[in-house]
Amino acid sequence: MGVNTVSIATKIYQTLFRRTSTFALTIVVGTLFFERAFDEGTGYIFDRINAGKQYKDLKKQLELRAAKEE
Amino acid sequence: MATLVGRASKQALLRAHSSIIHQKANLSFKNLSKGKKWAVAAFGTLTAGGVGLAVALNTAVLASDLTLHPPKYPWDHAGLLSALDRASVRRGYQVYKQVCAACHSLEYMYYRNLVGEIMEEDEAKAEAAEIMVVDGPNDQGLMFERPGKLSDKFPKPYPNDEAARAANNGALPPDLTYIVNARHGGENYLFSILTGYCDPPAGVEVREGLHYNPYFPGGSIAMAQALYNEIIEYDDGTPATTSQLAKDVCTFLRWVAEPEHDTRKRMGIKAIMIFTVLLTSAYYMKRAKWAPLKTQKIAFKPR
Repeated sequence: MGVNTVSIATKIYQTLFRRTSTFALTIVVGTLFFERAFDEGTGYIFDRINAGKQYKDLKKQLELRAAKEE
Repeated sequence: MATLVGRASKQALLRAHSSIIHQKANLSFKNLSKGKKWAVAAFGTLTAGGVGLAVALNTAVLASDLTLHPPKYPWDHAGLLSALDRASVRRGYQVYKQVCAACHSLEYMYYRNLVGEIMEEDEAKAEAAEIMVVDGPNDQGLMFERPGKLSDKFPKPYPNDEAARAANNGALPPDLTYIVNARHGGENYLFSILTGYCDPPAGVEVREGLHYNPYFPGGSIAMAQALYNEIIEYDDGTPATTSQLAKDVCTFLRWVAEPEHDTRKRMGIKAIMIFTVLLTSAYYMKRAKWAPLKTQKIAFKPR
């Protein structure tokens, strides 16, 4: 813990957390970004685990097959 | 010596009667009164008995000891976070449509359920248009037939249960919508039934019109073996062996019984991650808040 990190933490506290109005706003905006990132992250994990098994993969296969028949 | 001991113990007794009385909770069984001992014993016995009864009532009563229990197969949607293999589900739909649908209904399935799950909308519309549906009445008050639409249910092979029984030697082919959840062993059981037909062992007699299947309770099943190698041809060129057909139709029926399967597991990852963080912090907070109370010694000090 250098002096620098402490000062950043203090700055965050003073600008965002100290007043209730900005604290509530931080929570609302933070939720927005957190939820987006969390959904994308877990979705990526799920797609990695189930690579090639889901409907989007089947759809690509079907399109390939349809293109081959034409 | 004796006086010394007496003096020491007297002093100890005197000290015990000093102004501070230490209160200590004596919660061991030994220190309880006789009535309380009885109460605790009775409570323990009742609890143990209740748990035992609950376990006994939850244990499945199997129809026959002579039934062969299905082995557990490595389904690739069996994992905690594994999705259904949609290509397999799609092939399974083909098997159902061309083989099973001759006798078994899927009463709670609509053609719209296929859209975006195993086929595109135009393909599902074409599927639906293959069947004829009785609709009406029209402006003359008459019922008429029209090609099926996405909002139509899958066609039933028989108009009612009685017709189904009459056509099948008195046996009713069960509806397959929720069959995977409705049978012990789920997909494993279905797969074993579909691939398990064999000659009856010596001494076992199978009645006229029934077939021997060791996985079916009682051994005699009215359904004849339905799946054989190459009875249908798959769209995607997968070799249609008996076990492939059975595996695909089981995967399809799992999807039919549980269409929310993939969404549920997608939510599962989120739940596991969020609750790990929440539970850890809740546990830490509990420890932090209780620490001052747990480390205190409370003394009763009468004035």
